Order: sequence, then C-alpha cells, then structure tokens
Amino acid sequence: MADTMAANPGKRDSGLASEDARNAAKEVRARRMRAFLFVVPLLVFITFAFVAPIATMLFRSAYNPTVAELVPASLDTLKEWDGVDRPSDAALTQFAIDLKRLANDRTSGRLAEEINRFMPGTSSVVKSTARKLRRVEDAELQQSGVDLLIEANEAWANPQVWRALQEAGRTYTSSYYLTALDLETAPDGTIQQRDTKIYLKLYGKTLWMALIITVLTLILGYPLAFYMAHSSTARANFLMVFVLLPFWTSLLVRTTAWIALLQTNGVVNSTLIALGLTRDPLEMLYTQFSTIIAMTHILLPFMILPLYSVMRGIDPSYMRAAMSMGSRPIPAFLRIYLPMSLPGLSAGALLVFIISVGYYITPALVGGTDGQMISNIIAFHMQQSNNWELAAALGSLLLFLIIALYWLYDRFVGAGNIKLG
Amino acid sequence: MKHHKLLLAAGALALGAHGAAAEDLTVTSFGGAYGAAQKKHMIDPYVAATGTNILFEDYGGGVAEMKAQSESGNIQWDVVDIEVIDLERACSEGYVAAIDHSILPAGDDGTPAAEDFIPEALHECGVGNIVWSIIFAHSNDAYPDGGPKTIADFFDTEAFPGKRGLRKRPQVNMEWALLADGVPADQVYEVLATDEGQQQALDKLGTIKDDIVWYDSWSQAPVLLNDGGAQMVQSANGRIFAAIKDEGAPFSMVWDSHVYDLDVWAVMEGTEKMDTALDFIKSATMTVPLSGMQDVAYGPTRKSAQALLPEDVKQDLPTAHLDKGLKADGIFWADYGESLGEKFNEWLLQ
Amino acid sequence: MRGFPEYFTIWHIAGHYALRAMAFLVLAFLILPILVIIPLSFNAEPFFTFTQGMLALDPEAYSLRWYSEILNDQKWTLAIWNSFVIGIAAAILATVLGTVAAVGLASPWMPFKRIITALLLSPMIVPLIIIAAGMFFFYTSFGLVGTYPGLIIAHAALGVPFVIITVTATLTGFDRTLFSAGLSLGASPIKVFWDVVIPLIRPGVISGGLFAFVTSFDEVVLVLFLAGPEQRTIPRQMFSGLREQINPTILAVATLLVVVSIALLVTLEFLRRRSERLRGTG
Repeated sequence: MADTMAANPGKRDSGLASEDARNAAKEVRARRMRAFLFVVPLLVFITFAFVAPIATMLFRSAYNPTVAELVPASLDTLKEWDGVDRPSDAALTQFAIDLKRLANDRTSGRLAEEINRFMPGTSSVVKSTARKLRRVEDAELQQSGVDLLIEANEAWANPQVWRALQEAGRTYTSSYYLTALDLETAPDGTIQQRDTKIYLKLYGKTLWMALIITVLTLILGYPLAFYMAHSSTARANFLMVFVLLPFWTSLLVRTTAWIALLQTNGVVNSTLIALGLTRDPLEMLYTQFSTIIAMTHILLPFMILPLYSVMRGIDPSYMRAAMSMGSRPIPAFLRIYLPMSLPGLSAGALLVFIISVGYYITPALVGGTDGQMISNIIAFHMQQSNNWELAAALGSLLLFLIIALYWLYDRFVGAGNIKLG
Repeated sequence: MKHHKLLLAAGALALGAHGAAAEDLTVTSFGGAYGAAQKKHMIDPYVAATGTNILFEDYGGGVAEMKAQSESGNIQWDVVDIEVIDLERACSEGYVAAIDHSILPAGDDGTPAAEDFIPEALHECGVGNIVWSIIFAHSNDAYPDGGPKTIADFFDTEAFPGKRGLRKRPQVNMEWALLADGVPADQVYEVLATDEGQQQALDKLGTIKDDIVWYDSWSQAPVLLNDGGAQMVQSANGRIFAAIKDEGAPFSMVWDSHVYDLDVWAVMEGTEKMDTALDFIKSATMTVPLSGMQDVAYGPTRKSAQALLPEDVKQDLPTAHLDKGLKADGIFWADYGESLGEKFNEWLLQ
Repeated sequence: MRGFPEYFTIWHIAGHYALRAMAFLVLAFLILPILVIIPLSFNAEPFFTFTQGMLALDPEAYSLRWYSEILNDQKWTLAIWNSFVIGIAAAILATVLGTVAAVGLASPWMPFKRIITALLLSPMIVPLIIIAAGMFFFYTSFGLVGTYPGLIIAHAALGVPFVIITVTATLTGFDRTLFSAGLSLGASPIKVFWDVVIPLIRPGVISGGLFAFVTSFDEVVLVLFLAGPEQRTIPRQMFSGLREQINPTILAVATLLVVVSIALLVTLEFLRRRSERLRGTG
C-alpha cells in the first residue's frame, strides 16, 4: 500500500528509454500483484465459504439426477415410447421389477416423491404399488409384471403417469423454474399457465409488503432524521442512542418484544381493553399486520442512519433564505430541502427494500399464514416439503431480483458508500 | 501476535466442545409436558445409570426433518420419538432403521417381551412407547353455557363461535373433517383415498378456515388455549390433562371422535451411535419407565406396566375411550401423506 | 420560550412543534418495545404479559425465577457457550482475513477493485435464506453441516463485509507519509506495518471485529440450516422457544441480550471517538 508513495506519475517523461519504460511497466505489474496478494486469502475464503454455495444452489435448481439414478433401466425402455398410448409391456415389466427393488431398498419413497412433483397425487400410486410388489417373486414379475402393476393401481394404464416419470427422469431440467413461475409443460410440449397461482402471487405479495415497509420507515424516519440533523450536536448524539440501541439489539429480541406486545392477552390488547377502546382483544399477532409493524420497527434504523448522515450535511440557511423571502414552508421544503436530502432518502429506501424482500425470521415468527413472504416458502421447501430443487429455483429467482436491486443501489448510491453506525 | 493466541484458544475451545459432544446421544421428542415426563422416567434414569450424556431435543413431529438428514447424509439425531401415523412412512422410506425385537428385555413380571408388549407396539422400525390420543379441548370460560360435545360441534362456528387451534398438517384434520361431515368411522380412510373424498374433507375444513389458528407443535396447544389465542384446540390428550392437573387450567376434554395412535422410539438409519441408541431404547421401554407415562395420561405399551397403574388413572387414558375413537392408519398416511400434504398446503395458501 | 425568526408565522411555529412531537413519537416507537420486555422478564407467573400484581408494583409479583431457569437449563447454558465460541472464532477469522484484504483494497494499484469489492461485500446483500440453502447443499459434501467449523466458516463469511467497511474507512483517513517516514528511518516494511499502520487502524479493526462478532451472535437463519443439536446458539434457542413454547425464559434471555447490546454500543462509541482523535478529525 505505501509503495504507492514512490510511484509519482509526474516523473513520467517522454524522454524515457524503452528499457526504462519496460522497467516501469514491470514495476507497475509488481505493485498490482503485491496489492492483489493481500486480497488473495480472503478471495479464496469467500469463494469457498460463500460463492461456491451460491453457485451450487444455482446448479441444483436445474439439476436433479435422483430418478435417473433410481430407475435407469425403466427410463431406457421408455425411450422407444411414442408418448401417446400406454408404453410397451416390456417397459411396464421393467418398471415393476425396478419398483420391487426400490421397495426392498426402502427407496421407493424417493421415486414417489419425484414423480409426484410432475403429477400431483401420483406419490400414493407409486407407494401403494411398491408395497404390494415388495413380496412378489422376481420370476412372477417377469411373467406378469404388466398385470400385477395395473392390478395394483389402474393409474399405471394412464400414459400421463409415464410422461411424468419421463419428465422426472431428466437429469437437467427447467421444470423447477417453470413451477417457480407457476408454469407447466402441457402434454403437447407447450408451456402453459398452471391453474393455481402460488409463487407469482407470493412474489407479488413480498414486493408489495416490502414497499409498504419502505414507505412506513420513510414516513417515520424522515421527520426524526430531520429533527435530529438540525438539533444541536449534543442533543443529536443523545437521541442517536435511541436509534442505535434498537439497531444493535438482537433481531430475535425485537421480534420477541413484538410478540409480547401484540399477542391476544399482550400488552397492547390489555391497554386497549383497560382504556375501554375495545371490549374483545384484537387479533394482531400472526397476521400480515404484525409482520409489517415488526419489520418496520426492525428496519427503521436502516432508513434513519443514511438520511441523518446526508441531512447533517445540508446547510439549513438555504431553507431559511427561501422562507425569509416569503416562500411558504411546504413549497420551500419540496423545492429546496427534499432534493438535497434525496441521496440519503434513496440510499435508505433501497436498503430497507432490499433487506425486506429477503426477510425470513420475523415473518416466520409473527406472520401466521397470511404474513408469509417468499423466503418463508423457500424455507418451507427446504425443511418441510424437502423439494430442494424447487427451493433452489425459487431462491435463484429471488437472487436475480436482489442483484437487480443491488445494481440499482450501486448506480444511484454507490455500494462503497455503505456506512455503519 | 495477540490474534494468534486468541485464534488458537478459540480453536481449542471449539474442538474441545466438539470432542466432548462426540459422547452425546441425541434423543428427539415432542417437548412440553410429555417431554418432561420422558425426561423424568426415561432420560434421567438412563443418564444416571450409564453416564451417557443425552441431548434431549424437541421437534414438531412429521418426517421432514428426518428426511432432510437422511437425504443430505447429515445424521444429527440418534433416537427419535415418532407417531405411528408417521412411522410407516419413515420406515418404508428408510429414514429409521429396522429394530430386532429380540433384544428387548422381559417385563418386570417375567413375561417375555414378545408377549408383554401389545402387538402394535412392536413395529419393524420402532418400539412402542405410549398409547395416546388426539382429542380436542375447549376453554370453559369461553363457553359458560356448556361447550362443544362432538366433532360436529367443533366444525359448527355458529353454535360455538371462537378460534380453533389445529396442528398444521393434513393428518387427523382430514379425518375429523370427514367424521364431522357424517362419514362413518370405519369408512374414513377408504373415502380419503379418493379424490372426491379428499375434496370433501378440504371443503369441510374450508367452512371453518377463517376461524382456524394453525400451530406447529403439540406443546403450543395448551398455550393457545391458555393465552386466549384459541377457544378450542386439537391436542394430544396428555397435554390438556397435564394443564388441568398441574396448573388447574379451566379446560375440558372432548373424547368424541378422538384419533388414537402409538408413539414409538425409533433409531435414525445411518447414526454412528447405533449401539448406544438401541441400549437407550431397551432401557426406556422397560416396565417401570413405561408406567411413568401415566403422569401425562398416556397408556403404557407393556401389559406388565398396565398392571402398575392405579385404577383411578385408567379412566383418563385413551384405552378407556376406544369405543368413541378412530385408530390412526399409518399405512394410509405412508402412501398418501405426501400427496395430501401438498394438496393441503396449496389449500392453505389459497 | 425560544426565539423564532420574525418571518415565522404561527403556522411555522405549529409546524415546528408538530415535527418535534412526531420525532419523539418515533423515538418512543423505536425504544419502547425493547424496554417493555425488561419488566416482563421479572414476571413471577409463566405469562408474557403484565399481571395485576405487577401493575400494582407488588414485590411478590416479581421474581428472578426465569433467570435461574436459564442457568439451570442445560440447553440454555450450551447455547450461551456456543454463541460465544462460534461468535469469537468467526469474528477472529473474518477480522484477520478482512483486515489484510482491506489493506490491499486501499492500494491505488489494486486491480479489478470495483468488482472485487462488490464480491467481498455481497454476503451483506444476499438474503440469508439463499445463503443458508446454498451452504446447506455445498457444505454437506464436505461434511461441514452440523459441525463447529462449518458454522464458524459460514458466520465468518457474513462478518467479512463489516470488517472491510470499517477498516477501509480508517485507511481512507490514513496519512501515508507516516509509512514512508518510518521506512526512511530505516525500519523494515513489516516492522513499519506492525508498529505504525496497525496501531493507527486498530480502532477500525476492533470495531470491524465487533461487527463480525455481533453478526454471528445475532444470526439464526444459517444456524437453523447448518447447526446440529450440539451447535444450538442463543438466537436458535430463542427461535424454537418462540415457535413452540412461549415462556418468560425467553424474555429473561432477551433482557440479557439488551444489556449486551448496550455494552457493545458504548464500546463502539468509545472506539469511534478514539479513532477520530487519532486521525485528528474529531
């Protein structure tokens, strides 16, 4: 770093011999190399600890070898199939044999789960058939596998089930992205909308809630930042403690506080009832309302801090001048002050918006059913339904969204300008 | 320089903690009053006798967590308490290991284990721990003129207004919906196996959807009733029993259409502590520890333990109410758990 | 009361007081929810709300039972231990790597500076749920899930951006002539680095380390996905407590955490003033 002192550009001069020029270039390269070496350990670390995991997630969203590994032979025999009628007897027999093997390896459940994603309801077909075939002799399966299969469940005569198996058998697939966008592949291969819209609605709701939270933090944060910025330094520093204490307090603590406040017999309801404002307690916890209010509280400092630091640098004499010349406060504010505070406002708003869009913990704890956001459904598919590929696809879409927002932030605010505390 | 020492110290601390943890057995169950009874009668005696350190964890039930561990290969639990409604699935999908029942000791009265245990308690993948039941309970304060008496009342929001707490899963809720809709108990699972039957159940649940408070874990049920978050809740019978007995909570239990089931101790497939895990299960399912589950009104799975129960306790056990109940069908839920789970979740989001 | 400029109308003055009232309301909104849990944690009853006795200031209604419960519960003591072990180790890892890298980034010769900075700061922007899912997939193949090293590495990655930001901030104000002065007096670059540079950027390094520690100490999403039962931390324990069984033990823990954050706030303020003094800007 300090080598830079020696590199005085003023010394460059047209009369340099070519050897000197080469040496200088070498020197520059060496310095760049030296500076870079400082960053290498961290780059290696971040690549392993952070970048590779994200890349793995992106990969998982389009890669799922499970079915191809479970029933390779069945998929092979299905290759000849025209996709319209019931597949050949050979294909059905092979599948019956495969399914028996899976049942005894206790892996038929995995196959059932994978096929079910392409044809909801098929999981029970696969599982109950596997249970029935488990004890059948191999020779008998070779002989009459087709009949046994269809006897176990007539769904096996339905070509759609086999198309689902074929779909699930693809190692590389875009189908999880289609699902994440509420689309599906129709039997004829075209892409169509699914009947029930789940994920797009949820993305919409997430963005909408993030917007409400951003606006609320702005409405609450702007006047406070304004007041603090134009108070004396001592008072501003004192008030700052009240902004920084929540900022430094654990997220779980603040969420706990809102649970204590908003629950049925909680502090807010007790107060309202004691004041006679309501007779029956209000249902506030486990709703969208509680998610929004708790997140507004949690993210408010992220709005106040950048606003304050920009406002602190605004010279109040402009406003004073305008007003002393007879301009009324509101027009004076809108025309002079607001534009000057815009950098802080956009920084705070984008920061709050970006953080809200990906929020998980608070909606999970106080959101109930209708306060859930996109992160919660990703967690649901990671932990409850165990559809990791769909979780990865939903996560990748969220990541693209965040990157777009971050790019905006970088353009308008500059990522290097993030300040802390 | 200072950093170096700190780094080493922290590394040593972390490794030390981890090294000590290698001796631990992780046992996972449902927490709350039930967990407390298990701790008292099964965990603590085993720890005292063998010196094994047991991490006694809570979970909310279901197979998802086992499945995540099994499919990613990070086996975190060793022994787990499973409802039989989920056991069949966990077993047929290979999350829990098969258990050789010949290792189980005879009952205290000398009856060999194979005869001492009730038949359902010896499952391919688990050893029965309790006979319990899913009932609903209501708060007496909410219904001073007499509360709901039947499962149909549970679904009748006009006659019995108020929030209903239900555990967020299709199991039992779908059965209840059909029972309340007039399906006879012996046909419930048959009907539920059809698309129409599933729709019928969801439609019935839909009639009270706005009044349902969903919860994730059994221990929340009495809390909801207590805090006024719900006026009636679905619950494991023991938790309501414990709240009434220990805290004098003003709750009433309704046995109509209860769904009874067993819980078993099972061992995670792929655990590195298989021997210790089996040893724990052997000890926890002996006569005396099993009889201790009467603390929370759960019936024992050994006949020899049944004999140790006082007469007045027996009327609180699910076994005294079997005529009003429905036996949970683990095989049905092994086959349909996944597709119904998906349907149910889509219905929730609608 | 106070002098307003003479061009102020009554509306100006009303506006001034309205602004002030609004500011104090917002401050109350910020701070009251945190303060309210403190008395609740001394509740003698197992409830999350004020009992009649508490409102009447009856000493019987208050007790320390939830605090003693924390100390007697193996789960909480393990969680406290884990939070500190993982937090300290992650902070040290992040601080060492981050400080060295920040020094490189501050050099005007640094190639690809913009893109590398963006990359190193990105753990701060990417939603935790995405990081958690990715780490779960990737760390699994190295056997890092359910281990201390796995969590320490994960938390260190989250802490790195904070170290870079704080150390870079102190380096920007750093007077480079001090370095060459040291060199010209005949000291070796390494000696100059340790004796001149490090003391000057130390406040930035320490506050970066504190940020990294707090990031780990507060973090729960990665812990949910990556920790086994043996690595439960305080926030993880609170999370399951809030989901499963709400009782005032959590409020007692929360109160202790508020005390921790006050201590941190004071430390950071002290460091900031010291740093300003050292750089001669304060």
